[in-house]
Amino acid sequence: MLRDKNRSLLPVLIVAIGVALTVFLSGYLRGVMDDVTDINARFETGHVKIMTRSYAENKDQLPVDLAILGVDSLRNSLKKQFPEMAWESRMRFGGILDVPDASRNSRGQGPVLGMALDFLTPRTKEPERMNIPNAMVRGRMPQRLGEILVGEDFAQKLKIKMGDQVTHFGSTMSGSLSFKNFVVTGTVRFGMAAMDRGTILVDIRDAQTMLDMPDGTSEILGYATESAYQDAQMQSIATMFNALQNPQDEFAPVMQTLKQQNNLGELIDYSAKMSGFYVFIFVMAMAVVLWNTGLLGGVRRYKEFGIRLALGEFKGHMYRSLLLESVVVGVVGSVIGLFIGLSGVYYLQAYGLDISGMMENSAMLIPSVIRAKITPDLFVIGFIPGLLATTLGAMLSGIGIFKRQTASLFKELEV
Amino acid sequence: MAIEEIIRLSEVTKRYPMGETEFTALKNINLAFHKGEFAGLVGPSGSGKTTLLNIMGSLDVPTTGEAVVLGQHISKLSHKASAELRNRHLGFIFQVFNLLPVYTVYENVEFALLLQNMPAQERKKTVYEALDWVGLTALAHKKPDKLSGGEGQRVAIARAMVKRPAILLADEPTANLDAANAHLILQTMKRLNDELKTTFIFSTHDEKVMGYLGRIIHLRDGCIELDETIKNKPLQR
Repeated sequence: MLRDKNRSLLPVLIVAIGVALTVFLSGYLRGVMDDVTDINARFETGHVKIMTRSYAENKDQLPVDLAILGVDSLRNSLKKQFPEMAWESRMRFGGILDVPDASRNSRGQGPVLGMALDFLTPRTKEPERMNIPNAMVRGRMPQRLGEILVGEDFAQKLKIKMGDQVTHFGSTMSGSLSFKNFVVTGTVRFGMAAMDRGTILVDIRDAQTMLDMPDGTSEILGYATESAYQDAQMQSIATMFNALQNPQDEFAPVMQTLKQQNNLGELIDYSAKMSGFYVFIFVMAMAVVLWNTGLLGGVRRYKEFGIRLALGEFKGHMYRSLLLESVVVGVVGSVIGLFIGLSGVYYLQAYGLDISGMMENSAMLIPSVIRAKITPDLFVIGFIPGLLATTLGAMLSGIGIFKRQTASLFKELEV
Repeated sequence: MAIEEIIRLSEVTKRYPMGETEFTALKNINLAFHKGEFAGLVGPSGSGKTTLLNIMGSLDVPTTGEAVVLGQHISKLSHKASAELRNRHLGFIFQVFNLLPVYTVYENVEFALLLQNMPAQERKKTVYEALDWVGLTALAHKKPDKLSGGEGQRVAIARAMVKRPAILLADEPTANLDAANAHLILQTMKRLNDELKTTFIFSTHDEKVMGYLGRIIHLRDGCIELDETIKNKPLQR
């Protein structure tokens, strides 16, 4: 078999290419979807998120007047009921940031999208969760109340320097005008258009003061402390929590899982289905290709099979030897394909593919650098099309052996 | 001492469907071959030579009548049993040598023994013995495309003889050879026939082959026209 390149090299190459593509595509899709899920969880949705029922229905408008009140007691009861989760208050708010000149007149101003999180509690994980240390371009993170981080692009546009004082104009929870001065301590760039457009980051306590909601927050995000997002576990937590709330109360808190927010469920399910569909297509396409290769090989090996039949080999034995060959081809091709595919996935995991040029005007929370991801199942997934397709191809093409009439062997082997 | 009968055909008829009609390739053939015969089936194309070889070689079954080869009723054999009969007791030589191109001479000859699951040491000894019979030991590791026509057919003989079959069926074995090589091949086969007492049955219309045969069965239109035994006929050179 090894000496006959048409029986070994060609099918092995076909399998290796198919498996490499399957592994690479699966790793790529997995990486992209995990990144999308992870980024959305970190920045926006949490693994679960608690809002008031009314806020949840209007959350695109950032309605701080529909925020949750009594946050401290709610968080305490959440910690008791679900100790496996970390619970964090977050707030989103809109407004205008004014940058004064030396004479305290407005030098420039622009609309901003504010995000408040816990910067100041000792051992807080929120800055790391939001990847702020890595996103810092200039300066440092807020270390006391009254300090603010500004998006780097926004800062450059308004020529903001570290230590400058800026003023945020907005409205309080009760609808009054709010003003608050902050000192700029740093600038950030997340590399995501949706996060870098006029972003300001302040401590949650400053936001509560500014928006006049001392024991309130617009969102409480829950994160599983020991694992990545597990939909079944989060569903169970959300169901338990929501069962205790009054469904008639529009200000009652409601918990939503990551998949229930921002159409992420559909996106994740679609991605999983597409991933399975791609693997299926590859299996079928490769099976057809290998079937054809097998048929061509069968035509080419027609004489060999005739000789083997004349020499007294059983048809079943011949068929089994074909299948065994196909399994060997499948395994070798799959191993080679796996190596090639994983190399590609590793490259894309380590170096990524910069798509920031395409994401300049995107409002979706998608990473600007696409990264694939090596997961344990990738080591197995390539063998499915690799082995299945070769075996299926050999099974189909090998049927011809059983149709062969020994009575015509002398005539067939004369030419 | 009676010579052992190894093939008996009784009233063998073979018909093939041909559109809506039937073509009769063999009609009521009665024939017997004995151990050690060097016989030939001779006749024009369509006379039934190959059909007769097919039935004796357990590659086909008669439509009616009975064919008994080495005590086994061909019509009653399963696919596996007829393959087993070919594997153990029957050798075939074709007009075209039909060597497997990716294998060496040694491996081509060895192939038949692999199907018998013969142990490696014994296999090696047997293969070299067969190559020695045909004088090709030196070419054991050559590929078929490096052999001359005569050498190729000698490998085919070694492959057919390596399992020491009781019967060797040869379909026009000299058709693709020049006169010198044809004689060399025929001398080799005659020598093996004498030494191993293998029964050789040829299908041929080559005059050179006929010069070596001890028995010639003339076929015409599926019937035996003449069954002649040639005694003390000098070998043609």
